[in-house]
Amino acid sequence: MTSSTPDSSGGRTTASRTGSLQGNSRRGDRLFFAASAGSGILLLVIMAAIAGFLLYRSGIAISHDKTNFFTTFEWDPDNILKPSFGIAVLAFGTIVSGFIAMVIAVPLAIGIALFISHYAPRKIAQPFAYLVDLLAAVPSIVYGLWGALFLVPHLAGLNSWLNTYLGWTYIFQTTHTGAPARNLFTTGILLAIMILPIITAVSREVFRQVPRSHEEAALALGATRWEMIRTAVLPFGRPGVISASMLGLGRALGETMAVAIVLSSSNVLSLHILDAGGGTFAQNIALKYNEAGLPGKDALMASGLVLFVITLLVNGGARLIIARRKEYSGANA
Amino acid sequence: MKLQRNGRTKALAIGAVALVSSLSLAACGSDNNTTATGGSSSGAAASPAAITCAAKQAPLLGAGSTAQGDAIDVWKNVFGAACSGSTLSYNPVGSGAGVQQFNQGKVAFAGSDSALKPADVTASKAVCAGGGQGVDIPMVGGLVSVIYNVQGVNNLVLDGPTIAKIFDSQITKWNDPAIAALNPGVTLPADNIQAFHRSDDSGTTQNLTAYLAKTSGGAWSYPSSKTWAGKGGQSANGSAGVASQVKTVPNSIGYAELAYAQSNNLKSASINTGASKPVEATAANAATTIGTAQFVGTGNDLALSLDYATKTEGAYPIVLVTYEIACDKGNAPATLDTLKSFLTYTISDAGQKAIGDKGYVPLPSSVTDKVKALVPTLA
Repeated sequence: MTSSTPDSSGGRTTASRTGSLQGNSRRGDRLFFAASAGSGILLLVIMAAIAGFLLYRSGIAISHDKTNFFTTFEWDPDNILKPSFGIAVLAFGTIVSGFIAMVIAVPLAIGIALFISHYAPRKIAQPFAYLVDLLAAVPSIVYGLWGALFLVPHLAGLNSWLNTYLGWTYIFQTTHTGAPARNLFTTGILLAIMILPIITAVSREVFRQVPRSHEEAALALGATRWEMIRTAVLPFGRPGVISASMLGLGRALGETMAVAIVLSSSNVLSLHILDAGGGTFAQNIALKYNEAGLPGKDALMASGLVLFVITLLVNGGARLIIARRKEYSGANA
Repeated sequence: MKLQRNGRTKALAIGAVALVSSLSLAACGSDNNTTATGGSSSGAAASPAAITCAAKQAPLLGAGSTAQGDAIDVWKNVFGAACSGSTLSYNPVGSGAGVQQFNQGKVAFAGSDSALKPADVTASKAVCAGGGQGVDIPMVGGLVSVIYNVQGVNNLVLDGPTIAKIFDSQITKWNDPAIAALNPGVTLPADNIQAFHRSDDSGTTQNLTAYLAKTSGGAWSYPSSKTWAGKGGQSANGSAGVASQVKTVPNSIGYAELAYAQSNNLKSASINTGASKPVEATAANAATTIGTAQFVGTGNDLALSLDYATKTEGAYPIVLVTYEIACDKGNAPATLDTLKSFLTYTISDAGQKAIGDKGYVPLPSSVTDKVKALVPTLA
């Protein structure tokens, strides 16, 4: 969050200033520098250790795999005669459920954040913000149980409505009617609710950072409140909102227990998001680890590595977008 | 299988009694190590399960099958209470991993859903000293019941081919002619069948699919496997997950161990085996099937071959027997006595009855007699 706020250019100048002063810095300064640099290095070491561990175990697993690791649908690594496993279904399910979650959660979170920062009277905004933060503290297993016991039965109506009126889109077509809605769509909705508080909380803080002068300038030029938000607040907050969304997406991609409870897993790759089936990386690991033999455990590590790489790619992509946007946004002005 | 907590508290109560008696004994004798024999005989007298503690008690390590986990939990409490020097820890890591740990000499016995493979037997010779080898000792019986939830249908009858087709989405409606033919006079709804299977790998799935592969006449085209292979349907995590889905979703069918059918008040399908009338899923009927099993092990090995296609009257065909695996000769000397005393208890009528109350199937005497003869000869 801090890196996305507009002070990053200012931060850089501060850094260079400390550099020039290093010659006569006091002991406290050196200690603090060592502590913060140490933390940074420690993080890199941990990341490298995780990546190394996953790479090592994955290498063992993939060398055992008799089928293509990227295109196979089945997950049967402990089969002695023909160990075959692949991540196609898992990657698809993870990305689709994450995508659905983002489509629902991001606009909603921006709306809530704007309401808290710019629309709601102070008396309401404070407790409301607190309430949103509270949502982030609910453990995922509780979301999972709520999803399985409340959301799944109550989405049956919406599902059959979507099937009836939007079934022609293929995506919303249901092939097996009457089945409980334990599908990627429900999973996406549940994940959206789970990541909503993170995106909201971060976006709200970013919107609050918008310089008063920008907003007043917009209003002085005759902008309505909505136009002021559109021309001053949103461009300023865009990198922050993207960062917030990436934090949320990270949680959605890695969510385990809630998905394991709600989604009916199978090795079927289907764009019918209302049909039960599919799976995600984290869910698959949670479900299969207990009974997995040694090859099975290695195979699960390999799938973990893929999730690791996907998360890195997504975050890297987001960084690129933010870096590019910064030049055009009013943030540096 | 979820075990009811009252069993545990009962065992704890027995434990408290045994503990008190052993404490008072320790207070009488000044040396509490050498009086172990005296203590154990009194301990056995105090315990209703009639457990004979080992003369030289030692902590016992086991690992393996998750399906046995709850049975071992029950035994552990009673046994640990009666023989306070013999703490038992059982790690339910899965059958394959359990056998692996046994063959590395890390545990005194392994629990396994399936009999030892020839390669495992060869590997066990490295651990079992003096020319011994790992043997299969049948210990825990169980049955898989086909649970269903269909409004107005109380005595559903199915057979191997029909179950296979239902779980493979070849039969998709409840009023399918194949089901109707097995249930004359029953009004079946014209709704879609909602079939539920396990999403995690499981010995329960393996047993059901072993039955289907044998009896479905080719309708189940997959090999028996822990991983679900059938087409369509939905999956749920664990037997508890399957049972709760079947309970809440109308027109559903699934499979789970008997204990889950009982604790969730779910109806279990009777199986048309070719006997004069369909067989209900009860522990007694499952024991009948296990009684017809052939011993196929060589030497001291008591591996069983279950006859899934049995047509014996009153024999419920979808059953499982899990084994304890130990050396016939050359067990670790430190734990041998404790191991024998534990296995003697578990195969005793009291031991089998204790797990029968938890939804397992007490083994019939044709099996227990052989095991009772084998256990004292372990060395």
